Amino acid sequence: MKTVRVGAGLGFYGDSWRPVRASIERGGVQYIASDHLSELTLAILQKDRQKDPSAGYARDAVPMLTELWPLAAKHGVKFVLNAGGLNPQGAREAIARAFRDKGWKATIATVSGDSVLERIDELRAAGEPLAHMDTGADIASVRERMLFANAYLGAQPIADALSRGADIVLTGRVADAALTLGPLAHEFGWRWDDWDRMAAGLTLGHLLECSGQGSGGNFGSAGEWAKVPDYAHLGYPIAEVSDDGSALFTKAPGTGGLISFDTIRQQLLYEVHNPHAYVSPDVVLDMGTIRFNDEGNDRVRISGASGAARPANLKIVAGYQDGWMGTGMIGFAWPEAYAKCEKSAQIIQTLVEERGWAVEDTNIEYIGYNSLLGENADPTYRDRLNECFLRMTIRARDRRIADGFGRLFPWLGLSGPPYVGSMKGIQPAKELLGIWPTLVQRELVEENTKIEIESI
Amino acid sequence: MRVPLWKISHARSGDKADRADIGLFAFDAETYAVLKREVTKARLAKHFAGMGAGPVELWPLDNILALKIVLNAALQGGAARSLRMDNLGKNVAAQLLRMEIEAPADLPRLLLK
Repeated sequence: MKTVRVGAGLGFYGDSWRPVRASIERGGVQYIASDHLSELTLAILQKDRQKDPSAGYARDAVPMLTELWPLAAKHGVKFVLNAGGLNPQGAREAIARAFRDKGWKATIATVSGDSVLERIDELRAAGEPLAHMDTGADIASVRERMLFANAYLGAQPIADALSRGADIVLTGRVADAALTLGPLAHEFGWRWDDWDRMAAGLTLGHLLECSGQGSGGNFGSAGEWAKVPDYAHLGYPIAEVSDDGSALFTKAPGTGGLISFDTIRQQLLYEVHNPHAYVSPDVVLDMGTIRFNDEGNDRVRISGASGAARPANLKIVAGYQDGWMGTGMIGFAWPEAYAKCEKSAQIIQTLVEERGWAVEDTNIEYIGYNSLLGENADPTYRDRLNECFLRMTIRARDRRIADGFGRLFPWLGLSGPPYVGSMKGIQPAKELLGIWPTLVQRELVEENTKIEIESI
Repeated sequence: MRVPLWKISHARSGDKADRADIGLFAFDAETYAVLKREVTKARLAKHFAGMGAGPVELWPLDNILALKIVLNAALQGGAARSLRMDNLGKNVAAQLLRMEIEAPADLPRLLLK
């Protein structure tokens, strides 16, 4: 019986590809599905492209593929990556250049047409309001400040590119799980309205799209996390898939990490809203019927995903400029570490008020006490801390205020409370981005989807 | 007796735009029944009041002994706009594990040494 093995690539822009080597060498994978784009990575890529029109893609794909390609070619492994970002053709050119320098051959496809930034007015004219999905707000309020706007494409163009002989498929924005569903639909010839198989493929893609989180990384727990073996050599997950969509979830032999009922169900629900209607461009998945059978030794059988018809709309996520963040930090040792941080916060607030700075929001956190646990920090620790850091952040429309805020802090070293920690420099203003999720009739985007193939 | 969730369950959280979402997982079916009864939308809203969150959504998943929890409008507009140290809401799950619920003393995890 035919099976197809898909291995996880990266889980974010900047993730490590070292574990991918083990999946290729010892994991028997045929495809690597690599996710380089979080919700707002496109904002970083947009800034790259503003500086250099040939940029705008996830640059890590070039060294990743250059390092892995000789091994991958030997094992017949193909790559599907959304590393194209805002410029899949630019990514292809960079990779082609690197491959030509080495004298390597490969067929590289790009999938584009997801960017709608230049089409906002056209889509509005076509009757799409592009109002905020959650608040219903009018897009006109952020239109001028928009940095990127991309629709999430589905798995069909990926499967098409593979059927046309691509070894490497570079996409712009696609649903993360489409990076896996595409190869599966291509290999098995699944019908695009076979909703349960689509749902099965989507489930596996979702489990693979966060690299090490699918194999024991970030296992959120008290104590249990310490039982995950050999984090340093954690293997990324691999799905061995059958034609009916059921799969064995595992990882390469000899790698660290843990694949079990506990670790895999954490990833299943990760960043999911309604688990009975997980909407993707290709299918609406109900997770309520999925079955996991933990066989031990990092082997979990997955089956039972059910799907409903794909939505009439695609999701667009746009990002827009939304002010500047100023940051200041200062730390103190015992005695009264927390009290000295609190006093410093009051001093800084006085300085800000006296300058009459227009500050929209102020955020005060105490690192070592409540910067991660917020209101759920245990207050009995507060006055017993060995040391504590004050972190203050502000939101301002004016970049100069955000820049000036950080410069208020060093003065405290000689003129504030005692036993101060090292400052480690002043943090410059950071640009803040608002996020604009909205919907668009799928045909209006899909008619522009473009697949280009180049053999080098 | 009062039992903190970390003793009987595990959890992971993440972000989507301005939403924080959490998966809460019972180690066994007996504990799952207790979680389903005790971890309510009202309790969650109170526990996360400090985040200034909007409405809480909650779905039980009997097939994987889990509760899916969504905290709307909990991330100051989203990760790239948030002023918080934990802008991605990765520690919202840790916050949840500090919640205490009423549970029988003989739950399997509580009997483990």
